Amino acid sequence: MKERKPKYLQLSGLEPLVITPDSNFINVGERTNVAGSRKFLRLIKEGEYAEALEIARHQVEGGAQIIDINMDDGLIDGKAAMVRFLNLVVAEPDIARVPIMIDSSKWEIIEAGLQVVQGKCVVNSISLKEGEEEFVHQATLIRRYGAAVIVMAFDEVGQADNLERRIEIAERSYRILVDQVKFPPEDIIFDLNIFPVATGMEEHKRNALDFIEGTKWVRENLPHCSVSGGVSNVSFSFRGNTAVREAMHSVFLYHAIKAGMNMGIVNPTLLEVYDDISKDLLEHVEDVILNRRDDATERLLEFAETVQGKVRESKVDLSWRTTALQERITRALVKGIDQFIVEDVEEARQSVSRPLEVIEGHLMTGMNVVGDLFGSGKMFLPQVVKSARVMKKAVAYLEPYIEEEKKNNAEGAVSQAAGKILMATVKGDVHDIGKNIVSVVLACNNYEIVDLGVMVPPEKIIQKAVEERVDIIGLSGLITPSLDEMVFLAKEMERQHFQLPLLIGGATTSKAHTAVKIDPVYSHSVVHVNDASRAVTVVGDLLQKDTGVTYKAGIKSDYESFREKFLARTKQKEYLTLSQARANKLKIDFQQQDIFTPNYLGIKVWEEFDLGLLEKFIDWTPFFRSWDLHGKYPDILKDTVVGEQATELFEDAQKMLRNVLDQKLLAGKAIFGIFPANQVNEDDIELNADGDEYTFRTLRQQSKKREGVANIALADFIAPKQSGVQDYMGCFCVSTGFGTKELAEAFEKDNDDYSAIMIKALADRLAEAFAEYLHREVRTKYWGYAAKESLDNQALIAEKYRGIRPAPGYPACPDHLEKLTIWEILQVQESIGVKLTESLAMWPAASVSGYYFAHPQARYFGLGKIKPDQVEDFARRKDIAVEEAQKWLAPNLADS
Amino acid sequence: MSQIEQILKERILVLDGAMGTMLQRYNFTEEDFRGSRFKDWPQSLKGNNDLLSLTQPKALAEVHTKYFEAGADIAETNTFSGTTIAMADYGMEELVYEMNYESAKIAKAVANKFTLSNPEKPRFVAGSIGPTNKTASLSPDVNDPGFRAISFDELREAYKQQVEALLDGGADILLVETVFDTLNAKAALFAIEEVKEVRDLKVPVMVSGTITDASGRTLSGQTPEAFLISITHLPILSVGFNCALGAKQLTPHLEAIATKADFFTSAHPNAGLPNAFGEYDETPEEMAAQIKEYLEKGLVNIVGGCCGTTPEHIKAIADLVGNYQPRKIVIPV
Repeated sequence: MKERKPKYLQLSGLEPLVITPDSNFINVGERTNVAGSRKFLRLIKEGEYAEALEIARHQVEGGAQIIDINMDDGLIDGKAAMVRFLNLVVAEPDIARVPIMIDSSKWEIIEAGLQVVQGKCVVNSISLKEGEEEFVHQATLIRRYGAAVIVMAFDEVGQADNLERRIEIAERSYRILVDQVKFPPEDIIFDLNIFPVATGMEEHKRNALDFIEGTKWVRENLPHCSVSGGVSNVSFSFRGNTAVREAMHSVFLYHAIKAGMNMGIVNPTLLEVYDDISKDLLEHVEDVILNRRDDATERLLEFAETVQGKVRESKVDLSWRTTALQERITRALVKGIDQFIVEDVEEARQSVSRPLEVIEGHLMTGMNVVGDLFGSGKMFLPQVVKSARVMKKAVAYLEPYIEEEKKNNAEGAVSQAAGKILMATVKGDVHDIGKNIVSVVLACNNYEIVDLGVMVPPEKIIQKAVEERVDIIGLSGLITPSLDEMVFLAKEMERQHFQLPLLIGGATTSKAHTAVKIDPVYSHSVVHVNDASRAVTVVGDLLQKDTGVTYKAGIKSDYESFREKFLARTKQKEYLTLSQARANKLKIDFQQQDIFTPNYLGIKVWEEFDLGLLEKFIDWTPFFRSWDLHGKYPDILKDTVVGEQATELFEDAQKMLRNVLDQKLLAGKAIFGIFPANQVNEDDIELNADGDEYTFRTLRQQSKKREGVANIALADFIAPKQSGVQDYMGCFCVSTGFGTKELAEAFEKDNDDYSAIMIKALADRLAEAFAEYLHREVRTKYWGYAAKESLDNQALIAEKYRGIRPAPGYPACPDHLEKLTIWEILQVQESIGVKLTESLAMWPAASVSGYYFAHPQARYFGLGKIKPDQVEDFARRKDIAVEEAQKWLAPNLADS
Repeated sequence: MSQIEQILKERILVLDGAMGTMLQRYNFTEEDFRGSRFKDWPQSLKGNNDLLSLTQPKALAEVHTKYFEAGADIAETNTFSGTTIAMADYGMEELVYEMNYESAKIAKAVANKFTLSNPEKPRFVAGSIGPTNKTASLSPDVNDPGFRAISFDELREAYKQQVEALLDGGADILLVETVFDTLNAKAALFAIEEVKEVRDLKVPVMVSGTITDASGRTLSGQTPEAFLISITHLPILSVGFNCALGAKQLTPHLEAIATKADFFTSAHPNAGLPNAFGEYDETPEEMAAQIKEYLEKGLVNIVGGCCGTTPEHIKAIADLVGNYQPRKIVIPV
């Protein structure tokens, strides 16, 4: 009997404001903001409230649909001013008819504002900056006061300054608000940070575009929410040039609104009608906003001189002219078509005097186009990798001719690369997909890459860097112990008086870790780079002869201030002592009937597993992510921005997967065991495998929790020995990586990095699918507690089943050392051949290991930071030195 | 889903009529209001209807009985002014908890008796939460529009106490009614949410606003739709209007919210507009004829009466509703 209608953001003053997809852009008035209007600030300071009210009235009459009120100024009692002004505003029916945006960085001012307005306001803003607890607390109260909320793209680490971070923070904030706080999703408005462009800084070039793309992602992936922002920021570097600023605002809005931005703070008097912007100004401004060309900023600056004050007719842009041959080569590179490249290159070779000119001329011209398109978000990573494949084929064809010429003419035949970059995955780590992608993209941009591969010891990195006279060292790592390896290498570089910039990348690395742990031990530049497109700009800036020094100094001070802020923030966290944390453990009332006696006890090995069974268990979303394509599978295939590219990539992946499965190119092996187990000594799990006793040491959360929230350790999910209830747990290892290395090497030999990366990415997906498949087999058959479970792959991916399979090295149990215990119990290496490196990474890389817990209350959690008392206790329990424990747990140590 | 939600999906429920109008029929004197307990109270107590829950509980039970006999499904407690803020006029802040508690208890006892005798038609008690006599978003001082006689926190505290007492006394529903200033209602809703959280319970909440004049706005200036948006941030059972106007004048405002609310809707209008003597003289038949229009248009899920209505009015309404389908709810996706 209930009909359905869509959810819209609904606000109210004395009158309603309902924002539907058909609504025009919602204009938030910004003049009643002491930070934005000097006049308003002066009036408030002087207590001239009547006149200040006129500003509000003027804005509403001028078309503002919401008015933003901000009293954050050091010289004002913000709370008193907010209450006073709001009380006066609500007494003016022609102002109070619109909803109010209560704007403050201070929660007490926001709350005071919420207490005096009857309508449904917007709070501007809250964020994860001070952590989840504060965020949840504020959101809960905002909901109770009945307001919508702007969520800033800000978290514990800092403000989102690229696309990935915008997405990451928006998604996390949304999930907490919707799932935990039960905040109505339609009442969430994201502010994805509008930052200035055309500042002259390379890393600011994508600022507008990242916002626009972030907006699109948010609107497509986070249902019902809105996106807002302060528009005037974007044109900050053109203060004083009104004509250019107005055009920049209009262009930015035009594209941001198309991407889904539906409200924002805009000064209506600083806005040009998009269609009224003269054609050449429009082109220059769009080049900057959309980052369409490398020299966009310079060109706009130059052009801006001519439009100072008023837009004037300007000279016609010279169009770039090419020969038909060049067009063909460019097209082959951009489209990644290698079919005709050899004949085209041959034609080019015959047209020039030296073969090298083809590389430096024809091919680099084409690759520059690729670089431009990639940089402006119009080409995506898989395409660039394919372009590289074409480039490599062309160069391979030319090499014999170049060698020949070298023999005949000893001088002048050496190609001048833009720089030489050493890339390595550090000692003990085997993961290299990201590193290879960055290498390929850099190579596309005319950098020479010295790739040392995986598990590279520090002394080899140092030695090669000297021998090869590289310009930059790039380090990559995926598992947590690699972080320490990077710190160690930075220290070595310092000791040996290196001056080379150091690039840090890989899944566990972060700007925070780089700033706090690596940057201080090395006097020269250390930059955290987590995606391929940024790598190019960072490397370019570092090696820039004229501005490199300034850039490096800027980086150094940026990391220093980041570090200070980070440390200042983390110190505020409260922790419990280990015994307090244990007293607040998760208390499960273990009853015999909750424990399912496993159908199968002991160890089972699958040596030759048919990988074909895994196809439908593959979670494709992370596959696309490894290629820098963000979005959920299968929606990503229809995405308006990356859909076409994602579809193409997916088709290539399917083709290769078919080959792998049909010709059994990869081998699947698995081992698992289920054993009687009980929790002992607070945080340990004692396990009996065929008469032998083993102990798993688990770690307990120590940060202070809210009332009623437990400090969990994995051991809490197993019945204590003294309860007399016999419980069970399992552990496992699966691998689909055997054969990957050989295949990848064969592809690389063929200059086909695209396929080399693809096979590794596929092997990783198969390993995860295998872990999923095995877990289901264990739940439904071998252990059998979920015999009737029937879940499709989506539900499996969403972990809708009973029981968990946490993996050592991941958030619930970040201690990699426990892998050694799994290996010992199951005899993993002897049985299926998966080895552990000195950093306890699994080899082959496409392997997954972990525990099985079956209790209905078992769930995933993050350990978070722990204190020295637990580290010492852990070392004692494991019978290792405290220093060793500290080394393995380094990423989880709270500052004492 | 609560029992009442389940029933509301199936049929239109009838709220009782005016308590004050019925109590007037008893012609209680100052002494009757005081009873023996308050015979030495320093202030005059005549007119403090909420006090009758303590001094004339029998009369209260009789009124509830008459409305249930007339066919009402829901009785309102006699607690319209049961806050420390409203009781300050009589110096009876200390007695607020007891008044609310006893009033709910009396109504609940009568409701239980009816439910037992006819389980097919369960009867409910709605704890009446009035607007108090102060406004949080309007200044009583024409010379200082920024002044406020009451703060959000003061209201929230007072409402919290009333809510706790009503629930302790057995109220099944909380009815925030006669909302003339939305900010007061928001403080009440905030307080209810706090009590719900502490007690970990789900209690259905009805919110009923008041459109005070022909301009079609609340006293604090909101349009019906703006009012609706301002109070629907928390889970509520129903939203609607009561008092101030007769059924006829209320129709356009009900229409404004009936198409938009994601909740059940309610109306308990006065028995027409007061005549020159301040009396409500719309007959049960006349009022029922107006209510019939609500039903035909599918505007309401809960309907009853406010000032001037009597068991006769309620009976006329109750006889009518059985013939009509309840309003359908459009829930957002």
